[in-house]
Amino acid sequence: MSPDTTPSPRLLALGDSAWTLEFGSAIDPAINARVMGLAERVAHARGSEPLLACVTDVVPTFRSLTVHFDPLEADAAALGERLRGLAQEGHQDRQPGRLWHLPVCFDADFAPDLPRLAEAKGLSPAEVIQRLLAATFRVYMLGFQPGFPYMGGVPPELHMPRLPTPRQKVPAQSLAVAGAMCAVYPWESPGGWNLLGRTPVVLFDLQHAGQPALLAAGDAVRCHAVHRATHDRLATEIAQGLPRESFLKAPSA
Amino acid sequence: MSGLLEVLQPGIGTTVQDRGRPGHRHHGLPLSGWLDAPLAQAANALLGNDLTAAVLEMRGVGTVLHVKHGPVRMVLTGRTGAQRVREDGIRTPLPAWQTATLREGETLQLGGADSGCAYLAVAGGIALPPAFGSRASYWRAGLSGVLGRAFQPGDILPCGETGSGDPREWRCRSPWEVDTGPIRVMTGPQDDHFTPDALTSFFAQEWQATPAQDRMGLRLHGEALAHTRPEAADIVSDGVTPGAIQVPANGQPIVLLADGQTVGGYPKIATVVTADLPRLAHMRPGTCVRFAPVTAEQAHTALTAQRARWLLWLADREAFLPPGHIDEAALYGGNLISGMLATHPGETTP
Repeated sequence: MSPDTTPSPRLLALGDSAWTLEFGSAIDPAINARVMGLAERVAHARGSEPLLACVTDVVPTFRSLTVHFDPLEADAAALGERLRGLAQEGHQDRQPGRLWHLPVCFDADFAPDLPRLAEAKGLSPAEVIQRLLAATFRVYMLGFQPGFPYMGGVPPELHMPRLPTPRQKVPAQSLAVAGAMCAVYPWESPGGWNLLGRTPVVLFDLQHAGQPALLAAGDAVRCHAVHRATHDRLATEIAQGLPRESFLKAPSA
Repeated sequence: MSGLLEVLQPGIGTTVQDRGRPGHRHHGLPLSGWLDAPLAQAANALLGNDLTAAVLEMRGVGTVLHVKHGPVRMVLTGRTGAQRVREDGIRTPLPAWQTATLREGETLQLGGADSGCAYLAVAGGIALPPAFGSRASYWRAGLSGVLGRAFQPGDILPCGETGSGDPREWRCRSPWEVDTGPIRVMTGPQDDHFTPDALTSFFAQEWQATPAQDRMGLRLHGEALAHTRPEAADIVSDGVTPGAIQVPANGQPIVLLADGQTVGGYPKIATVVTADLPRLAHMRPGTCVRFAPVTAEQAHTALTAQRARWLLWLADREAFLPPGHIDEAALYGGNLISGMLATHPGETTP
């Protein structure tokens, strides 16, 4: 991407306490890369520029970056201009994210939507699993719930709409797909995505005060299949303190 | 040993809150925290607490507390009141807006919050262990406020201080009141997803608060707002904040509150400015409300004016001696505790 072909992001006021820099309106890896690049430059600038001392939160999404600030402390207009400047400044490659390998058990009670999705796509359940295991998912953003990763990279032949009626209770750590998106539910909650398996890995851990969410925007995730016994053993070991880094394949993908 | 309050009856809608947990929204953690910051901080200020100390937010009814270890000085703010019940069964009212010191063994029956939100502060603040820099309850993630769940009988709330021995109590001459008039908003960020008629209608009509409200959001009801086209009712999710007014396909607005999620997939026609966020806590079902557009400059002026008005309101408080003491209020009324009015870095309100 060169500066002359890259459109400027729109600077939008989200009330009097946040700016949103919108790079596009679609789910697109190139747009998300620009979002993540700006997030990095804002993080860097917060360390050195007094103008950014009022910033409280920097939240990347699929297509935009929202910068929350203290409205009493901030010079909102100057901050907005600086953010616009930062957005146009850098086009260098951003730091790649980390690569995680998550064990997933595909037993029938963990994967209630696998047979239906397989039938709808003219595949066998084993073929669906094979395609999931071949994919590399990219975390676009966290949201919906603490630690909930919206991940792209679902093979087109597995794209499936949400359930017409969401489930009242999706079990925590369910691997799920909806359309082009993939996720793992960190918490038991209502949800309408198609449940295809379950991981024993904990997605949000209060013990990690600095980085409670396992995944961060920009990370990559691959899955590998495990038997029920392995799933259960890992769940026990994780509860007993097995470090989350056990599932980190590469500090950067 | 500091004061201890035991929850005898949890009641409904009572939570531990402070200014919330900024800095964690990129993990998907909501801001959380008190819905009406000036009202909560009024309670802290009357006790001489740090303005960021954790308090009880009351949005429902029926909470009963017992002073397990005392004395405990406390104060109510908002349209509320409570009954003190001594060990010998004698009941006395505890009105809002004046501090009182409860002795060990006394029971406190909290009344409802008539306007939908009121606060109880204790000297030194509720001293539960914080999570991610805040004691605010966020049950969905099991955070703080008694292990991140609703109160249960027998829960213990430690207080930051025990009685100081100073017999003076503090009261203010008038309640702190929120601003009046239409609720001020800045349009956008997705006002271009709505027809010009819808934008006109949004500001022209009176909206009614519905019973569908909690600390996450408040659903309003009125004449439906039209999107420019059906697809414009959904967006690829982007950042939201408390006060953001989302309008899904049914055209009825949802205003996000403190526990609102960090990202959302509905277009936001407008966003309530910080100065008027406290008013969203007092929209009992049936309450009617209008919105008015303001500029960023007007929003900033409203916020600084509100802060100045709050400081003036607080400066008007007075010391008094509770019944049983000779009324020496006049002796103490003039001198305010210096430093209490100092601003705290990162504090957004009042």
